[in-house]
Amino acid sequence: MTSAEENPLRDPRDKRLPRIAGPCGLTIFGVTGDLSRKKLMPAIYDLANRGLLPPGFALTGFARRDWEDQDFGQIVYDAVKENARTPFRQQVWDRLAEGIRFVSGSFDDPDAFDRLAETVKQLDAERGTGGNHAFYLSVPPSMFPTVLTQLSRSGLADQSEDTWRRVVIEKPFGHDLESAQELNRIVNEVFPEDSVFRIDHYLGKETVQNILALRFANQMFEPLWSAHYVDHVQITMSEDIGLGGRAGYYDGIGAARDVIQNHLLQLMALTAMEEPLSFSPSHLRAEKSKVLSATKPVGPFSETTARGQYTGGWQGGQKVPGLHEEGGFASDSTTETFAAITLEVESRRWAGVPFYLRTGKRLGRRVTEIAVVFKRAPHLPFDDTMTEELGQNALVIRVQPDEGVTMRFGSKVPGTSMEVRDVTMDFGYGHSFTESSPEAYERLLLDVLLGEPSLFPVNEEVELSWKILDQVLDHWAEHGKPEQYKAGTWGPSSAETMLARSGRAWRRP
Amino acid sequence: MIVDLPSTTTSQVNKKMVELRESGGAVALGRVLTMVIVTGDGTEPEQAIQAANDASREHPARVIVVARGARQAAARLDAQIRIGGDAGASEVLVLRLYGPLADEGAASVVPLLLPDAPIVVWWPTDAPAHPAHDPIGALGHRRITDAAAEPDPIEALQTRVRSYVDGDTDLAWTRLTSWRALLAAALDQPPFERVTGATVTGESDSPSTDLLAGWLAAYLQIPVHRLDHPRGPGIVSAVLERPSGNVEIVRPDGKTGTLTQPGQPERRVALQRREVRDCLAEELRRLDADEIYEATLRGLPEIVRGEDPTSAAASAGIAPHSEQAEEFS
Repeated sequence: MTSAEENPLRDPRDKRLPRIAGPCGLTIFGVTGDLSRKKLMPAIYDLANRGLLPPGFALTGFARRDWEDQDFGQIVYDAVKENARTPFRQQVWDRLAEGIRFVSGSFDDPDAFDRLAETVKQLDAERGTGGNHAFYLSVPPSMFPTVLTQLSRSGLADQSEDTWRRVVIEKPFGHDLESAQELNRIVNEVFPEDSVFRIDHYLGKETVQNILALRFANQMFEPLWSAHYVDHVQITMSEDIGLGGRAGYYDGIGAARDVIQNHLLQLMALTAMEEPLSFSPSHLRAEKSKVLSATKPVGPFSETTARGQYTGGWQGGQKVPGLHEEGGFASDSTTETFAAITLEVESRRWAGVPFYLRTGKRLGRRVTEIAVVFKRAPHLPFDDTMTEELGQNALVIRVQPDEGVTMRFGSKVPGTSMEVRDVTMDFGYGHSFTESSPEAYERLLLDVLLGEPSLFPVNEEVELSWKILDQVLDHWAEHGKPEQYKAGTWGPSSAETMLARSGRAWRRP
Repeated sequence: MIVDLPSTTTSQVNKKMVELRESGGAVALGRVLTMVIVTGDGTEPEQAIQAANDASREHPARVIVVARGARQAAARLDAQIRIGGDAGASEVLVLRLYGPLADEGAASVVPLLLPDAPIVVWWPTDAPAHPAHDPIGALGHRRITDAAAEPDPIEALQTRVRSYVDGDTDLAWTRLTSWRALLAAALDQPPFERVTGATVTGESDSPSTDLLAGWLAAYLQIPVHRLDHPRGPGIVSAVLERPSGNVEIVRPDGKTGTLTQPGQPERRVALQRREVRDCLAEELRRLDADEIYEATLRGLPEIVRGEDPTSAAASAGIAPHSEQAEEFS
């Protein structure tokens, strides 16, 4: 036995054995943030509880607080108690708590990073983390260069043959192609591309991974998955919350950069891509890059795109302020809170099929879904009156909430006359599988520690996405401003017209 | 909701189920499997139903409990339907069979199976000697027994070895998964040396300890020593010998284990004994044949019982095992 591949206790047929991450530690920058308390810390506990973290795992927090290890431990404890998915077990917590450290300091303080390097070295000695460490940058992108420089200076980014160092970064990955390339350059100066994990938490969701299973494990769907049968595809991610308190991040960014560039284009790539040779990371990426390279926005943009800003009003029984009244936004802010674009994929499979992507804040309800809308049957051997109520067939992948798949097709209405009406057939994850499917962050954090990159977008995908979106953003910057829409509706009227031009309409999710 | 149907037939049960679905509307059709639990008539059904309901949070199922009552009675079928809050994420049918019916459980189960969905049969205790030949067992795609719940667990394991058919599995095997995962993960790390010896210690009547030894024997292709521990609980330790030193996991209290490896600090790891519902949920995740379990059963005869190789070697002052000698030379 000369390598881990020849481990005699591993049998590929042994599906019970989980892959436990090897000895390692995780350092989080920005532990005081919401994400870290609501998602990261609970996810770490859940992983520990499922026995997927290595014995001796270490969690280090870094922030500008005057905390001791146990103060930070208390913060993690509270976050776990409040937000963990799996039940609390004292023994699991005790083992995890032994590995919790805190380093106090600001991101530009060399001493603090030297202390961090010291802490990491101690962990290797005391806890046996084996020199393997991941750094999670839960900080604004403007801080990336500072933190990365310090990591590099203090030697924390140095990896040898037997140890690894990885960095995890979050969106936004730049605000246009140029800035994305600049960011990639800065990150890659310190960490090689295969040590960089860009988190797009959508890709960690079970339903998103299920798109691939649905398409490529079944015989039923793939034959219909082309321009021959598909009329158009709608991808929606709507939120009912507003932007109160998020001005600092959102103002000047807008819905398209915040959501379309990453989440929606990734969903589109998974929906439209060809079958990968295998599910290995490189093959998956090759197909995603291919389909993103073939994707172009459809013009003229004044007719094929829409953007809007919500105004105040009553939504869901509450009075809500408009964007311009939210604290932190200028009264003449042109940041869009609703964005819709039309794309086409220039390939034999998809030629002529528009892909409509939309996202927005303060819309009707919180929902993310992919709707593949089929063409009408070429011939209907019925009288007009019989099929008056028949719409287009559709296959809807509900990403969240109520994860599942809906199929919509016509069925005869019981009675003496032949009358066909749309009905739906539902597959709900909650019905057929676990109620407690792992959180996206659990899966993604574990993949980081295992060094399993398939669910993380690479450089190339990020840059290709910006290439698609930049043209639209440039057009918007030069022409007019967002149209207003009332909170609680499905967006501005221009969004309706952009589909109505070709006789189509948005689904009401 | 609980509906009792005393002295009934399966077609009446089916009819009532459809009626409940139509009037309640809430009962989903998305069950992914049928689980048949074969028990006695006393209090056992309730414990088993509880575990199955917990497991159903992960795998919504139709649970059919076949409770075999007194044989010296008139033939009678009492049924009970539980749905909604009384049944977790599953729907539960309890069939109490009396008289000659008690031995004809399969006939009552067949009409109530879900179409197409896989069937899992679970004997919480008193499993038949040959599960696949049992009339109800023969219906199942997966047959779950529990050696630890039998009167003589070690003897029960021997029976499993003789009766193994693809689809058989045992909860004593499921309880091992976290131990196996830790041991396999330890060998994922350098140094990548050959394991030259192994010892597993546990309670004398702990079938999981035997299975762990059997698994190591089957996959490491070396003699594995199985030692008895007077108190337990369950598995107490596992030691893998390698030229550079031993990999050891010791769990004296049934809760927390200590992992020791040469050149590395001692690490503690939460290794609590698993409850039936967790094991059941894991079992239901895979419904295909478990080849690893089969190989492990075949490894059981290879186990060397009751002698401690190190102390024996030390007291006799003899050289290390021949394999070890090879590694050193």
